[in-house]
Amino acid sequence: MGIGMTMAVAVATLVLAPIVAGVLNGIDRRFTARLQGRVGPPLAQPFYDVIKLLGKELIVVNRLQLIWAWGFFGFAAASLVLLILGGDLLVVVFSVGFAAVCLALGALSVKSPYSYLGGIRELWQMLSYEPILLASVVGIYLAKGSFLVDVILKDSWPLIAQLPLVFIALLLVLTIKMRKSPFDISTSHHAHQEIVKGVTTEYSGPYLALIELGHWYELMFMLTLIALFWANPIWIGILIALICFLLEMIVDVTWARMTWRWMLRVSLAVGLALVGVNLAILTFFNG
Amino acid sequence: MSILRTSRIKSPWLLHFDSGSCNGCDIEVLACLTPLYDIERFGIVNQGNPKHADILLVTGSGNPRNARVLKNLYNQMPDPKVVVAIGACGCSGGIFRDAFNTLGGIDNIIPVDVYVPGCASRPEAIIDGVVKALGKLAEKGAAMDRKKVPQEAKV
Repeated sequence: MGIGMTMAVAVATLVLAPIVAGVLNGIDRRFTARLQGRVGPPLAQPFYDVIKLLGKELIVVNRLQLIWAWGFFGFAAASLVLLILGGDLLVVVFSVGFAAVCLALGALSVKSPYSYLGGIRELWQMLSYEPILLASVVGIYLAKGSFLVDVILKDSWPLIAQLPLVFIALLLVLTIKMRKSPFDISTSHHAHQEIVKGVTTEYSGPYLALIELGHWYELMFMLTLIALFWANPIWIGILIALICFLLEMIVDVTWARMTWRWMLRVSLAVGLALVGVNLAILTFFNG
Repeated sequence: MSILRTSRIKSPWLLHFDSGSCNGCDIEVLACLTPLYDIERFGIVNQGNPKHADILLVTGSGNPRNARVLKNLYNQMPDPKVVVAIGACGCSGGIFRDAFNTLGGIDNIIPVDVYVPGCASRPEAIIDGVVKALGKLAEKGAAMDRKKVPQEAKV
């Protein structure tokens, strides 16, 4: 890809990703409402919410908080762009990890106890899913011999055939990243209060909109990563990602919120074990 | 900015505060959130955080002890914001108006935009009140955009 083409793809990703993620969130809210026996908001509701928040008065608790909000937004967007451009998966995973760190530090930079607890819980969440994410990327390397997304895209053999257990573990990560029950611990997808709202407690108006947009990039990042598991042809991968996305709603509605200890136990004992077994089998047959 | 106006009307987030109500009105406010009334149809979401809220629903007549809390919550809400007083007590103090320990209505503590009568107010009346408040919210938002005053005079 030439530099012009690269820039064009990057800009297109930055513009299109929030639109797609907003529509997906609209489907999410409506589908969840239907599962609960309600009618639910219009499909464009997430866009109304974000535009309204952008038009609200700016109340700043402290300046540091704003820097972390921009950091979260920037790194979440950068991770998605790097992934779409076919970059190195290791860099991408560290970038998305730092986005989450920014969110936690933003919450920890104010004096509110609710925000502080939310920040701590965000760190617990990272401790739960980061090892799985990193181990999955190592698994992809073992399967394809490269960290580059371009190589995965060119390979005709789908990743899911070699890494089925890693795929299941990544669904766990998706649930944690989407803040769905049973893992809506540091902040929740739905309207809640105090500790449950966690990291976003002290953000308001335009900066809350910025955090929301960051979440949208994060969502697109996770779905793209899942789509990579059937990269050839990519439309099957996209279909798989969409099915996983709808599956999350059903999990969200049928599960209650659990504690962070439970989350840590499940993700490390089940998630990491799944990845470990998969990698062991892969190494055994490869080598 | 018509898209901003539409968004404001379509996405009102509520904050509910009980300033000494008998809980009759509170139960009716929560009834609005159930699948029967499902106010999320209108994009209304019950937020527990004043910093995220656009509309403050207040039940009860207010008393010297919780007036400070109510003022604090009101001041923490970013503009544009509206206040809806719910129930006879919220509007005027109701039968407790002359009692020694009440303040006789929410408008003695913070400015109120919409009054919803009833003892207790029915969920339909509360939804009507919130929809009325949306018009005021859009007006206040438009005024805010015109003036772009950084900080309005606080209570």
